[in-house]
Amino acid sequence: MELTLWTYEGPPHIGAMRIATSMKKLHYVLHAPQGDTYADLLFTMIERRGSRPPVTYTTFQARDLGGDTAELVKGHIKEAVDRFKPETLLVGESCTAELIQDQPGSLAKGMGFDIPIVSLELPAYSKKENWGGSETFYQIVRTLLKDHSNESKHTWQEEKRRPRVNLLGPTLLGFRCRDDVLEIQKLLGQYGIDVNVVAPLGASPADIMRIPNADVNVCLYPEIAESTCIWLERNLNIPFTTTVPLGVGATQDFLKELHEVLEMEIPQSVNESNNSKLTWYSNSVDSNYLTGKRVFIFGDGTHALAAARIANEELGFKVVGLGTYSREMARKVRPAAKALGLEALITNDYLEVEDAIKETSPELVLGTQMERHSAKRLGIPCAVISTPMHVQDVPARYSPQMGWEGANVIFDDWVHPLMMGLEEHLIGMFKHDFEFVDGHQSHLGHLGGKGNQNSNTEVKTKISSDSKTSNAEPIWTHEGERELSKIPFFVRGKVRRNTENYARQAGCREINEETLYDAKAHYKA
Amino acid sequence: MSGATLLKESGPKEVFCGLTSIVWLHRRMPDAFFLVVGSRTCAHLIQSAAGVMIFAEPRFGTAILEERDLAGLADAHDELNRVVKNLLARRPEIKTLFLVGSCPSEVIKIDLSRVAENLNIELKGQVTVLNYSGSGIETTFTQGEDGALKALIPLMPKSDQKKLLLVGTLANAVEDRLISIFNRLGIDNVESFPPRQSTELPSIGPETKVLLTQPYLTDTARELKNKGAEIIEAPFPLGVTGSTLWIQAAANSFGIDKSIVDSILNPLISRAKQALVPHVEKLSGKKLFLLPESQLEIPLARFLSNECGMKIVEIGTPYLNRDLMKAEIDLLPPDCRIVEGQHVEKQLDRVRDSSPDLVVCGMGLANPLEAEGISTKWSIEMVFSPIHGIDQASDLAELFSRPLLRHEILNPKTLTSN
Repeated sequence: MELTLWTYEGPPHIGAMRIATSMKKLHYVLHAPQGDTYADLLFTMIERRGSRPPVTYTTFQARDLGGDTAELVKGHIKEAVDRFKPETLLVGESCTAELIQDQPGSLAKGMGFDIPIVSLELPAYSKKENWGGSETFYQIVRTLLKDHSNESKHTWQEEKRRPRVNLLGPTLLGFRCRDDVLEIQKLLGQYGIDVNVVAPLGASPADIMRIPNADVNVCLYPEIAESTCIWLERNLNIPFTTTVPLGVGATQDFLKELHEVLEMEIPQSVNESNNSKLTWYSNSVDSNYLTGKRVFIFGDGTHALAAARIANEELGFKVVGLGTYSREMARKVRPAAKALGLEALITNDYLEVEDAIKETSPELVLGTQMERHSAKRLGIPCAVISTPMHVQDVPARYSPQMGWEGANVIFDDWVHPLMMGLEEHLIGMFKHDFEFVDGHQSHLGHLGGKGNQNSNTEVKTKISSDSKTSNAEPIWTHEGERELSKIPFFVRGKVRRNTENYARQAGCREINEETLYDAKAHYKA
Repeated sequence: MSGATLLKESGPKEVFCGLTSIVWLHRRMPDAFFLVVGSRTCAHLIQSAAGVMIFAEPRFGTAILEERDLAGLADAHDELNRVVKNLLARRPEIKTLFLVGSCPSEVIKIDLSRVAENLNIELKGQVTVLNYSGSGIETTFTQGEDGALKALIPLMPKSDQKKLLLVGTLANAVEDRLISIFNRLGIDNVESFPPRQSTELPSIGPETKVLLTQPYLTDTARELKNKGAEIIEAPFPLGVTGSTLWIQAAANSFGIDKSIVDSILNPLISRAKQALVPHVEKLSGKKLFLLPESQLEIPLARFLSNECGMKIVEIGTPYLNRDLMKAEIDLLPPDCRIVEGQHVEKQLDRVRDSSPDLVVCGMGLANPLEAEGISTKWSIEMVFSPIHGIDQASDLAELFSRPLLRHEILNPKTLTSN
């Protein structure tokens, strides 16, 4: 039994729903009690979809449990097939139905339908949402393609046509998937590569049947598509790419990898062409202030890994924390963290993540909606880079994360929560001006505002009560407090923490004006 | 009874389960904690329904059952004991802990009442541990509150004092307002249940007269009756008429002179009617379809048809308690169609066929209906908004006129088209 106040991933059948809802002409009969229908709102509210997920819930009740729930399941399956006339039927169960063991998949298979039936077994008490999504996609592809013969297959060179690839992995409720697909399609078009099938997003079962017509699979979201790509490679001989084109460097690497796998000449332009503004913006003088900005990264595996690379190599940040909630991706995240001199944080506990953020006192947090809340409480700027997300992370405008335009979007999204270069310089130069001390609201007022709104007396009471709880804590003197209040509010919290750390290390019981300057010199040294 | 047609329907449903009521109960009683004993689905449901993670340290959580809990490797009771103790160590300010049963915990038959009993002995009054079920196989949406209140009743102290007890969660401001009106009428001893602190339970006895503020408190009403309290029969305090009849019923029961009641209520009534006018203009003649969710559907339909002139196509309700709803159904216009239960697909077919101007529905259905050009109102908003009482009638009406107004702004009719 695990105590959870908040969770990063839903149960595995939510992953299955993401696949079913992403696809067309497919219906999912989910053996589940009434409460489980809440899942519809994830799609109709967070994604603002204008149609309901293609899911029929059996919504069994306690009084049904005494009777024949198997008959109830069959009734719902028949009604769903009659009403929605799907090309393929998914049948599965949620956590409660798993316990009563009706095996709806087998029931459906015995009902004599002439459409493929994919029976989903998603262990709800040991697996989670991304795993469920991955398994569902894999089972659909396997069911539809298991009898496919690969014998008459020719390469694009033999057929004298443009090479064709599949884009695998994008789903609804994935982070900016809709726009990433468009961006990658555009990018590939520039290199003379066609897109054969995009799946699961927007694909029908007939499209899945066309997957073997491609030369290569592009694994856009390993969380969802990796196991399918491996199966397609083993059984149908279709190789796949492993680089996810998030960021300028990764986009270049992705193009190189794809050309190699396709056995195509790598055009010179892959190295030269960098159609993203990120590189220049990052080199421009205004970005000088980004140098060594301390950034904390937490999210799904794919986006956290990409963020670490972009932050470190392309924006000149210093990554002070890197982690993921997806244990399936831990194998990849651990070495990436190690390469940055860090230990990866692999956890489901958002409080542990919040503690790690506090501990590392970053200047920017890149995380999920939950880290946005944690960062807000800590008065640290934050950008959301990964699911789980909020309705505000499904923007109306085109805002991909992948490819060149994605790198532009990332530059803007990550840098805007920070103070801009010129602004920060001016504040540094004029920090003694009245408008930069207490009461001043910059555009970051809402972020750094907490410290700003605290009057001196409030700060003092907080300190004295803190000192009561622990005798070892250094106490701020009146002078120390007064000097601290001259520091712009948006860095005051960090200065306070650094000074207290210094005082603790140095064994000071009191923090006065001098301690503050000692600490400053200590950390600059 | 009026000529309402009562029909039953069964099939796939689309209604929140009783766990969702935690979302407002935890705000009502800030010293209580709601621990769902359930699955990852339950945890995901609560955070999704709670507006996606808006709470810093929420006063609700889930003890997630894992494979080993099912396989019997770990005694679920011992595990739950451990989780509860961890939680209480971290949150020493908790005074009442509700162990909330879910679908999986009911199916595998975890005996939460026994766990609660043992914990109460061990914790020696430092925290009171209670249990109820919010499972989707037993309860719908607002029934969760019914279960939570029922669980608190055995702790209520006895009293022989004459008093009025308002039962059901209300917004604090609305509750204060209603109490002050009863005070003006001369009913001084007014208490509410649930209280604002879980430990300050009102007392109860044969002189307690209970006025239900919410229509979904079936079990709570029965238990209060068993404790000797008298349930005052009345419609529910939604809209001018409903609220007036509700207050009058209490005044009658306390033997307050009618002239006093009229002199206090009449100015409020005429002011409220005045405030309703612009909304009535907007709502009058418009077709309304209510899908089952909050149990407030029947009182809402009664208000919107009788006071706002809306035409009721259908009133969906998750279940129908004929005793508690009798006063409401009597006030409905003749030939109203009330459908108990749901077959969501067939009901949505009826929605489309009747092309209503407004549909009251759950959160999962709203955007798909909007995309079909039908304005909607979330049922859950009624549970959170201050809508009860005479003074709130126009606010209540506005919840329904606003979507229509918005629809008009965004889709103006040109002069050339009809």
